[in-house]
Amino acid sequence: MAKTLFDKIWNAHVVTSVKGGMEVLYIDRHLIHEVTSPQAFAGLTARGIGVLRPKQTLATADHNVPTVNQHLPIAEPLSRFQVDKLSENCARFGITLYGLGHPRQGIVHVIGPELGITQPGLTMVCGDSHTSTHGAFGCIAFGIGTSQVEQVLASQCLLLSRPKRMRITVDGLLGKGVLAKDIILHIISRLSAAGGTGYFVEYAGSAIRALSMEGRMTVCNMSIEMGARGGLIAPDETTFAYLRDRPFAPTGEGWVRAEAGWRNLFSDDDAHFDRELHFRAEDIEPMLTYGTNPGMAMAVGGQIPADGGDNPASFDKSLHYMGLQPGERMLGKAIQWVFIGSCTNSRIEDLRLVAEFVRGRHKAETVRVLVVPGSKQVEAEARAEGLDKIFAAAGFEFREPGCSACLGMNEDKIPSGEYCVSTSNRNFEGRQGPGARTILASPLTAAAAAVTGRLVDVRNLL
Amino acid sequence: MKKFTTVTSTAVPLPNEDIDTDQIIPARFLKATTREGFGENLFRDWRYGADGRPQPDFVLNNSLYRGEILVAGRNFGCGSSREHAAWALADFGFRVVVSSFFADIFAANALNVGLLPVKVSDPFLQQLLAAIAADPGTAITVDLKGERIAIDATGESEQFAIDPYKKLCLLNGYDDIDYLLNLKGEIEAFEARMAGRQ
Ligand code: SF4
Repeated sequence: MAKTLFDKIWNAHVVTSVKGGMEVLYIDRHLIHEVTSPQAFAGLTARGIGVLRPKQTLATADHNVPTVNQHLPIAEPLSRFQVDKLSENCARFGITLYGLGHPRQGIVHVIGPELGITQPGLTMVCGDSHTSTHGAFGCIAFGIGTSQVEQVLASQCLLLSRPKRMRITVDGLLGKGVLAKDIILHIISRLSAAGGTGYFVEYAGSAIRALSMEGRMTVCNMSIEMGARGGLIAPDETTFAYLRDRPFAPTGEGWVRAEAGWRNLFSDDDAHFDRELHFRAEDIEPMLTYGTNPGMAMAVGGQIPADGGDNPASFDKSLHYMGLQPGERMLGKAIQWVFIGSCTNSRIEDLRLVAEFVRGRHKAETVRVLVVPGSKQVEAEARAEGLDKIFAAAGFEFREPGCSACLGMNEDKIPSGEYCVSTSNRNFEGRQGPGARTILASPLTAAAAAVTGRLVDVRNLL
Repeated sequence: MKKFTTVTSTAVPLPNEDIDTDQIIPARFLKATTREGFGENLFRDWRYGADGRPQPDFVLNNSLYRGEILVAGRNFGCGSSREHAAWALADFGFRVVVSSFFADIFAANALNVGLLPVKVSDPFLQQLLAAIAADPGTAITVDLKGERIAIDATGESEQFAIDPYKKLCLLNGYDDIDYLLNLKGEIEAFEARMAGRQ
């Protein structure tokens, strides 16, 4: 019978089924970080059990870490305690840790792919909703809660009900200045922040095929922002070329065998999807969010809706928080901060694009610009290519890797009431700090805001 | 995990839609390494102003509304996978969250910590909110065994669905790890098959 890519991978990982419909899914790779793992390890200890397959779990410290002076002990005591706890747990249970100061440290969803740990056909989980990022390689990857982290540590398995399948096809050619981030913001603005709930999404179509791996990761990363469990893209030559020679990718004979297997990872022609959506790349423009969830997004030149439809109270609350008016245009509005970073847009391609745009330009007086690379490796590459010098000349602060102002767990917070154009994935109330007003956008749109101090259509500056 | 059978309680209404887990428990309060104490910071930035004073118009600061049941708007628990959101709700004293739509990860997390997510229809959600608005002392009964939620005073009720395995776990106070640890043989056999395939 014709099968979707999702079902092919899922079926290959079912250990057993439970009466009533749930299935026990085997997990190939497990990533952990300091914030959502300590209670899971404590749970194991309380039960007197260990980690079943410590080699299949990999740890890094990212959410909490400072993005300056990483060679010094963490100043904030609670953060330091949590990071130390992770080191202690990893040592005790035999898990490899790429902790602070390690040349492979970075945001968990940036290091998995760049090390070649993320591969087609695998099942991968992490106690973090943006685990969906890894689906760009044609694997089933999704976020879990801490009880499930404990389950994976204890048994390398999870008890799950199979989600429905959706296919989102984007065909055509993207216009100048339109990036992967704009594709996904466009899709979420049409589907709403809840439109994908209950589904696993496969992205397909010529516009998706044309994306680099970095672009595909940006798209899959934000699958969760429409409520989907995850997103994935069938692997192809772009995927294989990216993975070849990565530290953890198979080599020699192993590579030949692996690649042959990966070539079977696609949805059969007549496979059934529970829901299908189509978009035209030509309809997609640079995007901005105006509200407090990623579904509240529009084309950069657009107007905020005049009312909230059947949801007036939440709409009004959201615009009030953002200091914006119904029906208003955002173009030309002054902003105070720009954050270029997060697992959505902090990879080397993002930094190159921003650097190329700002070369010979300078940030506006009134704006503070943080550029936070996704990993130590991205940081090293950026320095090797001289991007750090371009950022410095433009007045941008180039920092050390971590989640940073994406969620404001460390010192990198946006002050209350100020606007931040951010390349991250969430514009929730208080996400970047209490009272902070987040406007999500692509790295190019963010760079354009940095140099003008305003919300502008980057296409006019290219 | 604590056993769950029936809860009869007054309810706290929070009709906002798309309540994300960053609102339920903001990231800056995720630095604890135990599961306890998160209730203190539940809905922190809606409950307290920047000066730390309680916001008088937020429902949790209104002494009229108390109870073990939270009745919330559509798409409750979207966003971050932090299980801390479910811990915070449970730690605060909630045993049930009612909404017409739950985000997937939140619902799974809630079930794993013994907090029952009850998905009702939009019209029934409106009935619940109206009943609570008319009388904050309205008692609501959630019967897990019968998979039914009812407004005691009027007798209006609705069936809700729950996975049969998950239901069994809640009724008996089991969790998934108990189940998975018993599968060691199957898991090893699966690994051996995988190794053979490569
Ligand atoms: S960068 Fe932001 S979204 Fe990504 S893992 Fe870190 S906190 Fe989560």
